[in-house]
Amino acid sequence: MEAQFLQIVQMLQGFFGPVWPLVYTLLKIVGIILPLLLCVAYLTLAERKVIGAMQVRLGPNVVGPWGLLQPIADGLKLVFKEIIVPTQASKGIYFVGPALAFATALAAWAVVPFSEGWVLANVDAGVLYILAITSVGIYSIIIAGWASNSKYPFFAAMRSASQMVSYEIAMGFALVCVLMVSASLNLSDIVHVQGKGRFVDMGLGFLSWNWLPLLPMFLVFLISGIAETNRAPFDVVEGESEIVAGHMVEYSGMAFALFFLGEYSAMILVSVMTTIFFLGGWLSPVGFLPDSFVWLAAKTSFVLFLFLWFRATFPRYRYDQIMRLGWKIFVPLCMFWVLVVGIWMMSPLNIWK
Amino acid sequence: MIMLENYFPVLVFVLVGIVFGCAPIVLGWLVGPRRPYAEKNSAYECGFEAFEDARMKFDVRYYLIAIIFILFDLEIAFLFPWASIFKEIVSSESMKMFGFIEMLVFLGILLLGFIFAWAKGALDWE
Repeated sequence: MEAQFLQIVQMLQGFFGPVWPLVYTLLKIVGIILPLLLCVAYLTLAERKVIGAMQVRLGPNVVGPWGLLQPIADGLKLVFKEIIVPTQASKGIYFVGPALAFATALAAWAVVPFSEGWVLANVDAGVLYILAITSVGIYSIIIAGWASNSKYPFFAAMRSASQMVSYEIAMGFALVCVLMVSASLNLSDIVHVQGKGRFVDMGLGFLSWNWLPLLPMFLVFLISGIAETNRAPFDVVEGESEIVAGHMVEYSGMAFALFFLGEYSAMILVSVMTTIFFLGGWLSPVGFLPDSFVWLAAKTSFVLFLFLWFRATFPRYRYDQIMRLGWKIFVPLCMFWVLVVGIWMMSPLNIWK
Repeated sequence: MIMLENYFPVLVFVLVGIVFGCAPIVLGWLVGPRRPYAEKNSAYECGFEAFEDARMKFDVRYYLIAIIFILFDLEIAFLFPWASIFKEIVSSESMKMFGFIEMLVFLGILLLGFIFAWAKGALDWE
């Protein structure tokens, strides 16, 4: 099997010659993006099914067996819809918004390690790259709100810009704690550090992952991630009862679909980040099972399920409550915890040798 | 030594991302119908006629948050290098206290600014 694969790779290498590195990179990128798009499609179905079950409904069950073809039907419908360009909108940048929303949500995946060695670009500044790319994602909402030249999108753009930058501070501080204990900005190394320690030797690996010693930061990161992706209960950006669909009001057809895809791939990205930083990435929770990609997928699915669960459980926060939580609770808590971790690592009780 | 060729796939991925971002719009433009009329293309305002330009004055607090954000985000960017070598600092006896107190001073100044912004009401929303 492996020999055959190597043979095929060699054949292609001979065929493409000097451009082979580019072609190989492109193949790997497609190998990441296509499964990701499939996950996004079925995450939308999972969301409707899970929330349906929590509200004692069935959820989509007509298109295909158990409604499994529903996302495909939704996608096809959106392709054949008209893309409306409002008269008063700024025509050029009107389309930059949705394109950027999806492009940034995809581009962040370049540095994500899926398993031992399964990473497209094993760069040393992975954490910085992820933070930078997700920050660029905020522009898509501001651009969409401004270019639409309509009141609901404009309000949504102001709200979301403030909300997302506020929670980025909390997220950044939580990451500072993770970096202190893992001493690297490389995502694979951050996972490796979590696979060492007393509990790993006892065969209880899940107790040595960052979530336990950095529990408050894990919660801050998780909640900030939900606020960062504008999901319920922090979804005032597109609160239906207040500002209709927020920045997406004026968009239709595929332009709207791009925002939708961007939001869901950002959700999956935040879940994978939570998994890598706090839940040990692809590491196995117990000693007698091998580390593998399956663990990463399972943990990510669990975090995604939390996203859906929170949406079905909590009522929407008011905007001033969101800002208070971000600035007056999370930021001081995080600064304090940086100090706590610092003192902990200085003391003889240091568990990260 | 920075290995720049490690970043080549990242660049390619960003370009592919942009292509994937633009392609659906082009597809929708080609496949979807186009039957515009004045009402359909007017701004959505829950059925009202849009009565003034949407690019109006906005609350100054959004602006304040943006400024404070820039400061804090920079501070965090400065914390990153320190955090990623903190293990080394801790393991060397001579640098241990120095490395820690340096960052305490840095965080202290940051905290003072934060308390000032809080006391001035820059973080309040009514």
